[in-house]
Amino acid sequence: MSPADRFAQLPALLSADRDLLRRGRWLTADCRIDIGNEPFFLGLRDGALATFDRGPKLMRSSVFAFRATDEGWTQYWKPIPEPGWHDLFALTKRGAASMDGDLRPLLQNLQYFKDLLALPRGKA
Amino acid sequence: MAPKLDPMIGRYLRTDIDGVPHRLYFEEAGQGIPLVCLHTAGADGRQFRHLMADPEITSRFRVLAFDMPWHGKSTPPDGWERTEYRLTTQSYTAAIRAFCAALELDRPAVMGCSIGGRIVLNLAIAHAREFRALIALEAADFQQPWYDTAWLHRPDVHGGEVCAALISGLIAPQSPPVNRHETLWMYMQGGPGVFKGDLYFYRVDGDLREKVKGIDTTACPLYLLTGEYDFSCTAEDTTRTAAQIPGASVQIMKEVGHFPMSENPAKFREYILPVLAKIS
Repeated sequence: MSPADRFAQLPALLSADRDLLRRGRWLTADCRIDIGNEPFFLGLRDGALATFDRGPKLMRSSVFAFRATDEGWTQYWKPIPEPGWHDLFALTKRGAASMDGDLRPLLQNLQYFKDLLALPRGKA
Repeated sequence: MAPKLDPMIGRYLRTDIDGVPHRLYFEEAGQGIPLVCLHTAGADGRQFRHLMADPEITSRFRVLAFDMPWHGKSTPPDGWERTEYRLTTQSYTAAIRAFCAALELDRPAVMGCSIGGRIVLNLAIAHAREFRALIALEAADFQQPWYDTAWLHRPDVHGGEVCAALISGLIAPQSPPVNRHETLWMYMQGGPGVFKGDLYFYRVDGDLREKVKGIDTTACPLYLLTGEYDFSCTAEDTTRTAAQIPGASVQIMKEVGHFPMSENPAKFREYILPVLAKIS
C-alpha cells in the first residue's frame, strides 16, 4: 500500500479515536497535508473530519500545509520509528518535511495534529 | 496502615544569586557524595524523583535537585513582573554555584540534562576544580535550532500545551506512556515565557563551540550521555563535542530520548549506575 493509500484511511482511523476527537474539540480549520506528491485537503470541524478530499483541487484554499516525502511518511508510520524519523519536527529538521501558511492553528493544537498524522502508524 | 511516603524531602533555601535574594525550592534524598541534579529548560526538579527513590543510588549519594529561579516551586525574584526572564551562561552558572555554596556542599558531583547538560560543560570549562565529577545528559557545545521560540509565549497559543507538544517528539517511542505523560505534564506547568527564556541561554548566549576544547578532564572527570531519539541534541552533536575533549567519556543511550531520567527511569538506570559507580 502506498503512503497516500495509507493516509486515505484517516477518516475511519479518526472516527475510531474518541480521545483524539475529544482533545480536538476546539479546533476548526482547513489544512492541506501532502503525502509525497499527492495533496489531501482536510476540513476539520470541532476536531472531526467534516471533509476529506484526495488529490489536486482547483483553487482550494487552506490555512496551512504540512508536506513530507513518501520516505518521510513511511518512516514516520513504522510501528517503532527509527531515531530522527519519529516526530514531525524530526522530519522537518532533516529536510524530509516542511510547513507553510498560517501556522497558528497548527501550534494551537500541536499535539492533536501530531497524533492525527500518526494515526496510520503500524496500520499498513 | 502506615502512610506510603516517598523518601525525598523538600525545603526552601534562602540565598542570594548575584546579590539578588532568592527563595529556591529543592528536594534531596540519601547520604554520601553530594550529587546536584539540574533539570531541563521549562521544567523542574521533579524530573529526578526516580533517582531520589533509588536505594542503590541514595545509599552512596546525597541527591539534590533544585528548581531554578522562575521554575517549579522556586519563586521569581521580587519585581519579576517588570522584567522579561532570560537565562544566560552567567546567571545560570551563578545560580548553581550559589546553591552549592549555600548548602556548603563539598566538591559535589553535578548532573544536568539539556540546558543543564550545556551548563555542565561550562562548569567544566570555568570551574572544574569546584566539582568532583560532571555528568552532561543530552549535551553538546552547540545544536541546530529546530523551531521558532516565538511560538512559546504569545496570547493566542497556550504556552504550557505548546511547550509540551513541541518537546513530546523528543521522547523515545519506547518510553512508557505513564512516564512520557508525567514528563509532559511538568512542561504544561511552566510559567509564561519561562521555557522561552531558558532557550535564550541555549540558542543565543550559551554557544560553547571552541570553548569546550579548553576542558581539562584531569581536573574533573566529564561524562556525556545522550539518548539516540534526541533530535534536538543528537548523538552526533554529543560525539562531536566529546571528540574535542581529551579524556571525556561518551555514551549513546539506546531507546532513550531527551529526558532520560524522567521518560524512562528504568532504562536510564542501566546507563547511569555504571557512571555513578566510577564516581563513588
